[in-house]
Amino acid sequence: MPYDERIIHHRGIPVTSSGSTDQTGTYTVRLELADEPGELLRALTPIADNGGNLLSIYHERGRLTPRGRIPVEVDVESPPDRFETIVEDLRAAGVNVIRAGEERYSEAVTVILVGEVIDADLSALLSRIESCAGATVDEVAVTAPRGDGEPASARLRLAAAEGRVETAVATVRTIAEEADLRVVEELTAGGSA
Amino acid sequence: MRLAVIGVGAVGRAVAEFADSYGHEVTAIADSTGATVESAGVDVSAALAHKDDTGAVGDDDPADALAADYDVLIEATPTTLGDAQPGFDHVRAALERDRHAVLANKGPVAERYGELRALERDSDGSVRFDAAVGGAIPILPTIRDVGAARVSGVRGVLNGTANFVLSRMAAEGLAYDHVLAEAQDLGVAEADPSFDVEGTDAALKCVILANVLANGEREFTLSDATVEGIRDLPGSALELAAEDGRTVRLIGEATREGVRVGPRLVPEHGPLAVAGTLNVAQIDAEHAGRLSLSGRGAGGPETATAVLADVGRLG
Repeated sequence: MPYDERIIHHRGIPVTSSGSTDQTGTYTVRLELADEPGELLRALTPIADNGGNLLSIYHERGRLTPRGRIPVEVDVESPPDRFETIVEDLRAAGVNVIRAGEERYSEAVTVILVGEVIDADLSALLSRIESCAGATVDEVAVTAPRGDGEPASARLRLAAAEGRVETAVATVRTIAEEADLRVVEELTAGGSA
Repeated sequence: MRLAVIGVGAVGRAVAEFADSYGHEVTAIADSTGATVESAGVDVSAALAHKDDTGAVGDDDPADALAADYDVLIEATPTTLGDAQPGFDHVRAALERDRHAVLANKGPVAERYGELRALERDSDGSVRFDAAVGGAIPILPTIRDVGAARVSGVRGVLNGTANFVLSRMAAEGLAYDHVLAEAQDLGVAEADPSFDVEGTDAALKCVILANVLANGEREFTLSDATVEGIRDLPGSALELAAEDGRTVRLIGEATREGVRVGPRLVPEHGPLAVAGTLNVAQIDAEHAGRLSLSGRGAGGPETATAVLADVGRLG
């Protein structure tokens, strides 16, 4: 094989991790590489050179495009303007970029958090979820306590990359447990114990 | 078949009452304090009247019922956890005498599945427990027909009390405590509702399902289950769910790998969002796809039909 399999088959496990900020986005880049030594390194260099944080590299073993190239999906975290540079540099280096940035969050899942989710705590909680769960929170709805002694609730919609939803929900579960919140998780279509 | 009915709660009572119409004869009936044993056939109405008057189903010793002349022992005493007694010993007594045992009691099947199966192997009698999961709904019979090896998992609403509370909270915007008190008034919830609202009852049913799916390769008990109940779930959670076209149901999931029970978001108008005290189970089967069965998962007469169907299968 022309590249290191240990990296290639670790889908969903971030190679490195860092806290995201409002200015940082996470993007998926789909590449097609020639089956030659050094191709993957050539593709990753422009990402590293532009300060992109590599989250994961995914390659389905044995899968080739009709033209005999190797499809590889790379998740990258970077500021949006840097990301444009990364894509430009990749193309300049002769790497075949099939799609960039479009498919990062292809799956969504809804969870409800129950407990003392007051506003201040909630925003801290949301950033923790975004930085740890490999997901974005793209919708939030919160209820105020209704005066009947019952706690408040918050509904979050998480968007995560394909195949990452379970991991994202597990992370939310851990974070919620630490914050003493109850989680009502979505029962996903294929979900089973 | 000659039946010894052990346990005279709603289920045992209904089994005894229906036995004759299913072509069976009750030769012994016992509760915790008394029994009526009559090899020529117990007068069921008289025994039940005796219980209504005195609290005991007869003046005989309950132990005499276990030693009575019968083909099938019906174990319908209350479900207990841990050692699952006295139900487990009742079933053991039947199997050691090479008699059949049909259980409505979940305890022995959930907590001591391996031992129960071992006793069955050493006996000419067999053990059946379709009534222990899903009351009148033929969940275990369907799994058997499909073939347990072809079923990857079962999930669903397996506790009517919790479902009543959640569906009424959602429909009326009422608080948990209010609906629970209402359910207690209606007799839908027990004075101590812990078993239902904390998810224990649903978990026991899922443990039984997991044991059937694992088919001896692995044994599950309640302690292997991840269980979260619905106690004190706020109305606000149901409101937020409804705004998004969803609702909350206490969902149990059973596979060969494990058991999980907890409140989950499901589509508001989907097959899992059954109303009131109804139950529903979805069986994921190879080739067949997903099968959904819903109906009454509890109740004396309903569960008695499953017990008597099991008796019929012993033929």
